[in-house]
Amino acid sequence: MKSADTAAPRGAARTGGALLGLTAWLAGILFFLPIAWMALTSFHAETDAATNPPSLAASLTLDGYRDFFGAGGGASPWPALANSAVASVVSTLCVLVLALPAAYALSIRPVKKWTDVLFFFLSTKMLPVVAGLLPVYLFAKNTGMLDNIWMLVILYTSMNLPIAVWMMQSFLAEVPVAVIEAARVDGARLPVILTRIVAPISAPGIAATALICFIFSWNELLFARVLTGVVAETAPVFLTGFITSQGLFLAKVCAASLVVSLPVLAAGFAAQDKLVQGLSLGAVK
Amino acid sequence: MTATTAPAAPRAVSPPGPTAPPGSRLRAWATRAPLLPALIFMIVVTQLPFVATVVISFFNWNALYPKARHFTGFANYSDVLTDPDLRKSVLTTVLLTVAVVLVSLVLGLVLALLLDRRFKGRGFVRTLLIAPFLLVPVAAALLWKHVLYNPEYGLFNGLLHWVGGGGAPQPDWVSNTPLLAVEAALIWQWTPFMMLILLAGLQSRSPELIEAARIDGAGSWQIFRHLTLPHLRRYLELGALLGSIYIVQNFDAVFTITSGGLGTANLPYTVYQAFYQAHENGLASAAGVLVVIGTIIIATFALRVVSSLFSEEASRA
Repeated sequence: MKSADTAAPRGAARTGGALLGLTAWLAGILFFLPIAWMALTSFHAETDAATNPPSLAASLTLDGYRDFFGAGGGASPWPALANSAVASVVSTLCVLVLALPAAYALSIRPVKKWTDVLFFFLSTKMLPVVAGLLPVYLFAKNTGMLDNIWMLVILYTSMNLPIAVWMMQSFLAEVPVAVIEAARVDGARLPVILTRIVAPISAPGIAATALICFIFSWNELLFARVLTGVVAETAPVFLTGFITSQGLFLAKVCAASLVVSLPVLAAGFAAQDKLVQGLSLGAVK
Repeated sequence: MTATTAPAAPRAVSPPGPTAPPGSRLRAWATRAPLLPALIFMIVVTQLPFVATVVISFFNWNALYPKARHFTGFANYSDVLTDPDLRKSVLTTVLLTVAVVLVSLVLGLVLALLLDRRFKGRGFVRTLLIAPFLLVPVAAALLWKHVLYNPEYGLFNGLLHWVGGGGAPQPDWVSNTPLLAVEAALIWQWTPFMMLILLAGLQSRSPELIEAARIDGAGSWQIFRHLTLPHLRRYLELGALLGSIYIVQNFDAVFTITSGGLGTANLPYTVYQAFYQAHENGLASAAGVLVVIGTIIIATFALRVVSSLFSEEASRA
């Protein structure tokens, strides 16, 4: 009798658990559905893409992608993709060069009032982009830096530096101080300590930081939209060209959105665990 | 290799006090030096432009009539706060931020609770759920605008057509409910972010404590109400605050889906429009400063939360 009593709720719990698992699956599919639909549409011919009700069985083609890359006339996205790559990669490297020593000073050799300095870094992240947009625009205009990709490199570096310092100081805090002290006793100077000891030990953390800086730079629109034009246009700015496009280009719009998102999707899936830590500025582990 | 896995040695936390020998002052500067490049860079690139914005906000300055530029005191601010359109954009910003943060937080909590349990394919479902957050924001906004919302060939009306047949209603989502359309797209993008933070919070709970409560006869709801929810409070606050900081600043979705039309212009879009299209530098700067003040109010609160997270971490170490 007793065993039957305990078995019944346990069986019910198991069914309930399976039901919750199923709900999770449904939620996952529901959230992913728009992206899956966009991917399917990108492989349809334009005439099949813009139909109502939607056509699932339409034949697949690469025309959307061909059109996006300029085969069917229109501007080639390659310069914009190259600009985005340069702005994202170079600014990420600049961030790492500036953030590593700063994070070192904040975590391994604690500066007096280090939390105040950390808060200053965080607070700059909370300064909305629009707060400095106009002076930055005027500065770029007066110095001939308008429509110049290096202007974006500088701005993206400042945009990501606070996050990088925050993230890295939490990663560097895990480097054993004894190892650094030993190196210092042996006469190693700061650049050597950073590149030979600190960087290799915290390589995974530094890589995660770099990935997040890359994603933010790649995604940025407002600065790029205001400060670039023809020459230095980035991939998100290129995408804004599709804002008013009509149904005839639906497959092309979908192909474009996916191609531009591909680097971020790849980076994000690769670093799922680190993503949350980076996005919450290292506060959640 | 053993060195890297060894527990961190206790830190030498003995900052030079007032009685420290004179050489210590030099040492203190030596420890600070690696910080300086980053610090100086940040001040030059972010703080100086902001100071310039504040200065410009006190001028009546239209870029098309640069000679007519003159000091007007707080006139731009009273313009921003009294102009019905501009005042509406303040309200829109608040509505957009509050709705998106609250709904994505609640949905994120539900999803985090679902994903905290073990089930087949959990890793895969997690990957599916994260995907919306990883789409480039402009691409996500284009997806909603063209692929989902379009009244003629969008997926939503397509599904209605499928379910309801030829007579099914075919609403024009963006024109009928513009703000809701922007909010839905943003909620879809931000729910995964909230889920990730809350999932991290759930997984940092102590399983022993929950087991003990269960043995004491606590039900699932009681455990959630009295153990899980209090534990998650910090994470909920952090998600709400970080979400607010990002969504107050949202430009991509508003710009792409409605181009600020139909009453969806939020403050960042208004600032963009005021100086990029109307060339009203002074007015744009005043609106920009107001965005900053709004963000600072959120940020002060955020810093308190994050600092408490830090002290918790320090006390654990």
